[in-house]
Amino acid sequence: MSTPVKNPETQVKRPDEPLFKRLTRQQLFIPVAALVLLVLFNLIADPSFFAVALKENSLGNLVLTGNLISVLDNASELVILAIGMTLVTASSGGQDISVGATMAIAGSVILRMVCGGQVTADTMQMNLLLAVLIGIVVTALFGAFNGTLVAYFNIQPMVATLIMYTAGRSIAAWINNNQLPIINDLAFKYAGTFLPGIPVPTPIFITILVIAAFWLVLKFTNLGLYTQSVGINPNSSRLNGINPQMVKLLTYVILGVCVAVAGFIRVSRSGSINYSRIAENIEMDAILAVALGGNALSGGKFNIYGSILGAYVIQFLTTTLYKYDVPSTALPAYKAVVVILLVVLSAPVVREKLASLGKAPAAKEVS
Amino acid sequence: MKKILSIALAAAMALSLAACGGGNNGGNGSAASNGSSGAASSGSGAASSTPAPAPSGDLITVGVINNDPNESGYRTANDAAMRSTFTEENGYKATFFNNNDAAQQIATAQQMIQDEVDFLLLSPASTTGWDTVLKDAQDAGTYVILFDRMLEADESMYVAAVVSDMAAEGETAVNWLADQGLDEYNIIHIQGLMGSDAQVGRTGALDAKVNAEANWNYVTQQAASWDEATAKTIVESVINSGKSFNVIYAENNGMARGAVSALDNAGITHGKDGDVIIIGFDSDTWAMESVLNGSWNYMGLCNPLQAEVVDGIIKDLMNGTAPAQKVIYNPEPGFDAATITQADVDTYGT
Repeated sequence: MSTPVKNPETQVKRPDEPLFKRLTRQQLFIPVAALVLLVLFNLIADPSFFAVALKENSLGNLVLTGNLISVLDNASELVILAIGMTLVTASSGGQDISVGATMAIAGSVILRMVCGGQVTADTMQMNLLLAVLIGIVVTALFGAFNGTLVAYFNIQPMVATLIMYTAGRSIAAWINNNQLPIINDLAFKYAGTFLPGIPVPTPIFITILVIAAFWLVLKFTNLGLYTQSVGINPNSSRLNGINPQMVKLLTYVILGVCVAVAGFIRVSRSGSINYSRIAENIEMDAILAVALGGNALSGGKFNIYGSILGAYVIQFLTTTLYKYDVPSTALPAYKAVVVILLVVLSAPVVREKLASLGKAPAAKEVS
Repeated sequence: MKKILSIALAAAMALSLAACGGGNNGGNGSAASNGSSGAASSGSGAASSTPAPAPSGDLITVGVINNDPNESGYRTANDAAMRSTFTEENGYKATFFNNNDAAQQIATAQQMIQDEVDFLLLSPASTTGWDTVLKDAQDAGTYVILFDRMLEADESMYVAAVVSDMAAEGETAVNWLADQGLDEYNIIHIQGLMGSDAQVGRTGALDAKVNAEANWNYVTQQAASWDEATAKTIVESVINSGKSFNVIYAENNGMARGAVSALDNAGITHGKDGDVIIIGFDSDTWAMESVLNGSWNYMGLCNPLQAEVVDGIIKDLMNGTAPAQKVIYNPEPGFDAATITQADVDTYGT
């Protein structure tokens, strides 16, 4: 899977090149094609899938409802995780499999803060922003722990993050003394549901903010460039004055921050937490989003917008399957099919075959 | 490189042990093994024959295998009760193991039997696959007491079972629902972790009724594996598809809570004076309060506090008295928004 990175796509545009080949060469080809397929399927099977309605919720607010809104809303955590996961993948050539467990930690810390150590709290005991900031600091530290193992001890990312994957949920439970805290303050749930008077779910706004923040960072700092160069060749990056260890560590810390934001959204959806079930297996979806986005899982060149699109495709698929009453226990099997297709499609052998398929008829026309 | 890797792995294991362990000293008390090896010769039919009591003044060793305390509020209460009952002050030397994976539970159970614990207290994550463990326990003279969850085995394979009758809980809830006299029952059924005793029992009662009655229909039947967020997604999906429904039967309180938040977002009324009947299970105080304030209609109690009963059985067995009944069911009424009182919440809420 590493080859697409190693031979960077040629920048020279050849107008005589067959359209099909030019399309498949695009990094975003796979996620866009998957999205188009899903949209087409839903359009044909039942166009009412796309209906969006304005309804009054139980608090008397007018809010948007519909499958499209559900997709955008429920994908929020995954999108935010996928962005961080893309950076980690690019810099270290591996994935952090502990994000679900550290999300539980973030949620547990935030709930402990706002509940003030009580099991049930009716009002927030601490400023919400402060609580979220503490959550961010805690998961950033866990990110730094993972990053240190990967960058300075040269442990394979999957093995290094296996530690937190195993221990994370127990740590999350320990933070709250094994209690399951519940907060009934409506203001806490604004971030996971709706702000009063605003019809769009708040997680969508948070996601847009996060995407915008990363757009700015990648545009105005060298983070993207450094991450790519470290991922492609750490030694030559070092010779060019970049500290590869520092860059790797930084990407894990950034992922830690993303995890806290995602964890905050998840707990504020309901105001409670279930340590062993919250965000279960979300790490696999996040990695799948990165792969769907056309990013090489072996690191190097990356495109966060591909991963973002990949995350929405996954949520779109999930929502579609729920609509058609596919048993929720069978969802992983459908995702597995996507993974198989993806792996096969991105294999160099298949890519060459595809390219020559597109070329063959064109060559005939010329001769 | 390899060294560092192995150190990291060792650290990972140490961490996970430290995180899960509550004073795991391994059940290798020497006095205790005398007691159980004496009993080993007594063979099968353990309940009827008189067990050999451990020498007085010594601690009774027990191995407790339970599910993950973090899976739900119910389990948290259950696990806390076990841990506070089987202490040294009460005359026990207890080893605890918590996991939702039946395979790991089985492996640990076998280890505990080899360590010659006197009593193996078991809340199995799955109802099947325990035959070898039960046989080994019998051969080793270890008494097996099931708590909270049943498994599929002959009654002679364990001394006692202090369990929740999940099927009865389901039936109580379904009968209550039938008494509401709706013209049509369009049900969203949110199931627990497939294959668990609680899911099988609570699903069974509803399935039977829906199959039997023409005006009982499933709008959807989906497993959310006790996860609140998944339950919310399932209900959201039904609302988006525009299907009409008037009952949500969630197999635990957490999932009912997720379902209710989806209803709230869509402005669908629920509870005592609402359009949709909400049914949950277990024993959480907040859920009983939801029933009390009319936001939910019904909560089927699943009593998590079996520790005291189990403690009594063990003490009786040590004195040579076998339990009068093999299977002991805790009383588990359902609570209805129309009749629930604050006293109920205080008595049964956990």
